Amino acid sequence: MPNTYVLISSNVLTTAAASITFSAIPSTYTDLVVRWTGRGTTSGNYTITFNGTGGTSYSHIRMTGSGSAAASGQASSTSFIQYVLSLEDTSYTANTFDSNEIYVPGYATSNDKPTGGTGTQENNAALSYMNVTAGLFRSASAITSLTIGAQSGNMVADSSFYLYGIKNS
Amino acid sequence: MPAGATYEPIATQTLSTSAASITFSSIAATYTDLRIILVAKGDSASAPMIQFNGDTSTNYSGTFVAGSGSAASSTNTGANDSRIRSGYTSVAGLSSTIPHMYTFDIFSYAGSTFKTVLTSFSEDNNGSGYVGRGVGLWRNTSAITSILVGAGGANFLTGATFTLYGIKNA
Repeated sequence: MPNTYVLISSNVLTTAAASITFSAIPSTYTDLVVRWTGRGTTSGNYTITFNGTGGTSYSHIRMTGSGSAAASGQASSTSFIQYVLSLEDTSYTANTFDSNEIYVPGYATSNDKPTGGTGTQENNAALSYMNVTAGLFRSASAITSLTIGAQSGNMVADSSFYLYGIKNS
Repeated sequence: MPAGATYEPIATQTLSTSAASITFSSIAATYTDLRIILVAKGDSASAPMIQFNGDTSTNYSGTFVAGSGSAASSTNTGANDSRIRSGYTSVAGLSSTIPHMYTFDIFSYAGSTFKTVLTSFSEDNNGSGYVGRGVGLWRNTSAITSILVGAGGANFLTGATFTLYGIKNA
């Protein structure tokens, strides 16, 4: 039986950075998973893009819980998939990092690429967020690179990113 | 992820013609948990669902949270549903033009207790759609040996992919 959940690449920040990119992703898997934990210099959102593509190729729907209420929002024809309020910043409890995952099925196909993911904050304080996000990348191109960025500011040192490939046979 | 094969593909199917359902059968009891990844379009907006061991009776139930892009809500199937639904029957659904992703995580499928399932639906249509999570229950103590994955009243279109993974805890 093949090993189907394989670490393709990892990136642990040693200095703050606005984004990280996994490039030269081989097409030998069926699906991709990125799991990461991070913290930012500015409160806000993560952005996810593929193949360096901007323009209007993305959209997302998200549902967010704050600990006291749930809400939902969406954006269409955007230049990135947005993980809203998933990025903890320096106002959060020291040493707490957010945890996130995005699943990208069929990343090497010629179909539009749906994605699904979860972002969580928890910092032993009254206000933290968790969200689930459905994203869409409208492109017939195989995904060969994936960028995760802070929409504002930087991601701090020790933010850690892991890209896995999953095979279905 | 360790090098040991703890996350293994059991079977995969890609539709060459549209179909209302597919079935994974002869599932061995050698794993701890199961996971299904489904990427599909459909000929109408219904929520994909699963049934175990050919059981079409009212031995299932589910509870869901969903975001529509403008509001978040929660509902449940009530007692005695006939399937484990991926999401709301009233809102979630397949698209005929944009592929959606669904997951079903089935815990302790070979055990002798009732079976719990976590579901997810990712249905962004670039301006509409839904996202959410659910929990399902099958009130049966039998080991799961087959799983029907259905389009919930619609048909999956050609190209839909279904993959069943087994996860071992040791």
